[in-house]
Amino acid sequence: MEKKIILQTKKIGKYFYQPVKFKALDDVSFKVFESEFITLIGKSGSGKSTLLYILSTMDTDYEGELFIGNEKITGQKPNYLAAIRNKNIGFVFQFHYLLPEFSCLKNVMIPALKLGKYSHQEIEEQAYQKLELLGIRDQALKPASKLSGGQQQRVAIARALINQPKIIMCDEPTGNLDSKNTGIVLETFQQLSSEFGQTIIAVTHDNDFAKASNRIIELADGKLINNT
Amino acid sequence: MKLNVNSEIAYTHLITRKKQTIIAALGVTVGIGIFIFMISLVVGFNRYSDEALFKAEPHIRIYQDDTLSRPLIKQIKPNYTTVIINPKIANLSNTLINPEKIIADLKKQDDIVTVTPQVSVNIFYNNGISQINGEASGVNILEANDMFNIESTMLAGDVRNLLSTSNGILIGVGIAEKLNIQLYDNINITSSIGVVKMMKVEGIFKTANSNIDLTKSYINLAMSQQLMKKSSSYLTDILVNIEDPNEAPKFSKKLQSSTIYKVEDWQAANEQSMSNKKTRQVMFGSISLAILLVAAFGIYNIINMTIKEKLNDIAILKATGFSGKDVINIFLKESLIMGIIGTSFGLLMAAGLIKFVSGIYIGGDREYFPIGYESPIFFIGAILGVLITLGAGYIPAIGAAKIDPIEIFRK
Repeated sequence: MEKKIILQTKKIGKYFYQPVKFKALDDVSFKVFESEFITLIGKSGSGKSTLLYILSTMDTDYEGELFIGNEKITGQKPNYLAAIRNKNIGFVFQFHYLLPEFSCLKNVMIPALKLGKYSHQEIEEQAYQKLELLGIRDQALKPASKLSGGQQQRVAIARALINQPKIIMCDEPTGNLDSKNTGIVLETFQQLSSEFGQTIIAVTHDNDFAKASNRIIELADGKLINNT
Repeated sequence: MKLNVNSEIAYTHLITRKKQTIIAALGVTVGIGIFIFMISLVVGFNRYSDEALFKAEPHIRIYQDDTLSRPLIKQIKPNYTTVIINPKIANLSNTLINPEKIIADLKKQDDIVTVTPQVSVNIFYNNGISQINGEASGVNILEANDMFNIESTMLAGDVRNLLSTSNGILIGVGIAEKLNIQLYDNINITSSIGVVKMMKVEGIFKTANSNIDLTKSYINLAMSQQLMKKSSSYLTDILVNIEDPNEAPKFSKKLQSSTIYKVEDWQAANEQSMSNKKTRQVMFGSISLAILLVAAFGIYNIINMTIKEKLNDIAILKATGFSGKDVINIFLKESLIMGIIGTSFGLLMAAGLIKFVSGIYIGGDREYFPIGYESPIFFIGAILGVLITLGAGYIPAIGAAKIDPIEIFRK
């Protein structure tokens, strides 16, 4: 059965001009299918984070074309891209990047409040569900800054899930966690992908983490060298 | 309570940083408070000095100006005929011709409050060997009282007594003191053409201007005409008061086009005090604007600092789908809230200052400091306070909207 394409890149290239002109990405083309769990690996400086930022629509200064679903993303206006991110993409970062003044629950709710598709009450219910799924429902009303690193990362994953995005993108999601929490996060991703059909693209250094994924895309010097 | 998500973020930023919020708002409070207070001070003082002025002067005065004699023949071409003239003042009389018609015409106009004729006579006040020169105004005392509110300046006697006493006179307190004259005493006056009259003092007044108190007196119109040996049609001035004294220049221009006589508004007659007034306005205006500007910098600073500290948060918001517009919206809301809080307390502060200062005794005929609650100034102050804080928040907010989240995440 032909799987549905969620994300597709066509000959993506990217230059850095500081300190000297340098080609960070060269002719990168690949497809991502529905409910795949993909890891992007490569040495430091191979361009994997750069590629992720282009996929995330936050970086618009590149060559080639990017499609999410069937829609061409390349060349869209910043405000429209913001709306696309809000609706279609969930983010998980290396440093948890929660808003420290808000409770965990609010942190999870904010992207959904921005989307404005459901009422405040419905969003609160959904946020509780996501926190439940990640096993931190009891922490919901604590300020985000009071949680441990592993717990914060799970809140960040809950936030990434709240708008039922097409794709979750992660930048070194376990880079800052101990092995126990890394295990928890990894299990969560596997569960999301296999049970809920969630598409996940994660940049990682961690070979064990990469091996647990469905497919590994390896970059070296800005070129795609392995796509298995 | 359901806020939109931008408002909720702005609100949370503000209450988790109470101290900075309060300091920024306090800056606006002081700025707006002082601004309104200072402007009220100027407006109050101007009103007071105008009022003092209008006790001695009408809004508009119509009189026969001196005219110069003209040559009998015109110079036809330059360098052709040279006409040598020696111009002299050519008035036969300084009376207004057919003044009743002018007065009647004036009274038909809409904005006119009072129109009254006057005869100015230069006289000497004599008592024994002491003599003071001065000016008597021959007036219809009831109309003059309407115009100048002479009654409010009276120390003794009653303006209405002039009606029943044809040789009654109201004199300034300076004259009374210098000539040692009491109420109901007789006083001898001599006009510039030598007519001597014995007058009865029916009132003594004290204005804000001691020079006026030392020279001015009011007598009946008929008496002044007798002093000049003229008939009852002799009038030197027509005095006009209108609804809004500030409209006087416009009004006098209109009148000037319909009469051959000189029409002079009070602003033109008092250039010195007008320029003082302008100086005052510019001075206080610029000082208070400077204070407002400093307050605005306070807001700018706090918002700027918030943004510098919240770079991560802004990056996260942008990554999760907030647009540049939303970011501007959040920080504008923060400065708006600080502005509104600061401005409201600023209005209270201004009211308090005005209340305090208006209770300060300064003596003179006003007794207390001439300041009051000027609602238009409070209104302008409120609008200005909110606008300035919005402006001060907008500049850093634009910067925040341009933050590139990738640069933050790469660090």
